[in-house]
Amino acid sequence: MSELLDVSGDFPLLGRTVREGKRLVYLDTGATAQKPTAVLDAERGFNERHNAAVHRGAHQVAEEATEAYESARAALAQFVGADFGEIVWTKNATEALNLVAYAFLNATLGLGGAEANGFRLREGDEIVVTELEHHANLVPWQQLAAKTGAVLRWIPATADGRLDTEQLDVIGEKTRIVAFTHASNVTGAITDVAPIVERAKRNGAMTVLDACQSAAHLPVDFHALGLDFAAFSGHKMLGPTGVGALYGRAALLEQMPPFITGGSMVEIVTMEETTFLPPPQRFEAGTQMVAQTVGLHAALDYLSDIGMERLAAHEDQLTALLLEGIASVPQVRVLGPTDTRDRLAVVAFEVDGVHPHDVGQVLDDQGLAVRVGHHCAQPTHRSFGVHASTRASAGVYTGAADVEAFIAGLHRVIDFFGVGA
Amino acid sequence: MASAMEQLYQQVILDHSRLRSGERSLEHPHGESFQVNPTCGDECRVQVRVTERRLTELGWTGKGCSISQASLSVMHEMLEGESFDDAEELGELFRELMRSRGAELEPADQQQLEDLSAFTGVAKYPARIKCALLGWMALRDAMLQAQHD
Repeated sequence: MSELLDVSGDFPLLGRTVREGKRLVYLDTGATAQKPTAVLDAERGFNERHNAAVHRGAHQVAEEATEAYESARAALAQFVGADFGEIVWTKNATEALNLVAYAFLNATLGLGGAEANGFRLREGDEIVVTELEHHANLVPWQQLAAKTGAVLRWIPATADGRLDTEQLDVIGEKTRIVAFTHASNVTGAITDVAPIVERAKRNGAMTVLDACQSAAHLPVDFHALGLDFAAFSGHKMLGPTGVGALYGRAALLEQMPPFITGGSMVEIVTMEETTFLPPPQRFEAGTQMVAQTVGLHAALDYLSDIGMERLAAHEDQLTALLLEGIASVPQVRVLGPTDTRDRLAVVAFEVDGVHPHDVGQVLDDQGLAVRVGHHCAQPTHRSFGVHASTRASAGVYTGAADVEAFIAGLHRVIDFFGVGA
Repeated sequence: MASAMEQLYQQVILDHSRLRSGERSLEHPHGESFQVNPTCGDECRVQVRVTERRLTELGWTGKGCSISQASLSVMHEMLEGESFDDAEELGELFRELMRSRGAELEPADQQQLEDLSAFTGVAKYPARIKCALLGWMALRDAMLQAQHD
């Protein structure tokens, strides 16, 4: 085992106490990550020196703001293995996924001219998702299917919360879109992307990856993975809320009609009609979240300084500690793989005889912040025969002492509700 | 002094979450309502049979945390056989308690709440108030349905 990282001192919020003086043990990074001082300083510095609307105005501050905004795009493109023009800023990953779904809808409604032919759906076309999706990568596709007459199909989950690779033949010649998660926000299972992309390509379908959990914790390279689209959010990568991004293969972004329309994304507007800018501006309507992109840029620098390989190794050790600790509590069942192979430090579980809300409450009383509920993935929970769970998720700042406190907390839950063996 | 969490999980609540008084489906209910707590997916169905604005039978089914299940159990014990007016009055008092941020109501009101007074500590936890009120939302809706029949 290599040394664990020790960077919690970079994160001001982790220095606070909760519930009458208890040390905060933050195990809810899967929902949102805490932010290092470098990110907070970058946002504040931008607002103090360079704040202006981007891509308009010819004054010096506007030039500086535009430069900051576009250099953040360049940094993000490099971070995820994309070209500069293939990164579209969105307010979060949900918007990024909807952007793609609405490109299909708008093209199907006749917008976008001949260029958008590849995005037109016909009745009987199929959209494939998986049983491990966050609602953000399920509901937009359900809606698209309902609006276009396309059929929604899915790759099921296995009993230990991975995608069932024996059932990839759901992807067939009628498939037009395959939308799937890179890593489940419930089970932590990391998807083997290659066979899915290969099967989608062979059948002429486009691929859309939900990279929210993966991009924040693993090295990712969208070009190397051969993807058409990928969506992710800044706040899970130590960046601010209010900024996310869509990666889209350049040739495809060119063909897509816009989603949100208005200012900043147009060429010529008359009272009758409008022509649109090329990507990525075509998809960035309205005043943008510039300070947040600057904060995210600082987060990417922070992660790059640590190194994503090193971060992944750190989190692998935490996964092992979490799984080992949980295995010592017989009343606890993990919803997901119980081995560390291809798995993030995201561990959802149920405690026999105790509802997740009650588990979370007793943990919270000890300063342990975990997620309770369905984590925006009701079908995933249903596949395990439960409707909610408790989830502990680690990050760059999580240490062995945090895991120890969490396992002690689980024992307290068992004692408190008297469900000991 | 008991911690806030110990005040939350009063013995009455833990007992009722296991007792589950009134957990059953009714034949031919006059009113019924299904409610979901969107944050956790918890759900409950409350059914009522009614004679002359009186809850002659009150049954519930559901799955959820100790707070939501105990609240349904106490509701059944206190309200089966009671009049609509009494049910509405008690429901209003309980909602007031849940808005009180953990402070007790006037002594007379607190007494009228009987076992429901054990839920006083719930109101200190904003995320849990919905759990306590889930069954009561269903009851109010089920009574409305019964009146329209």
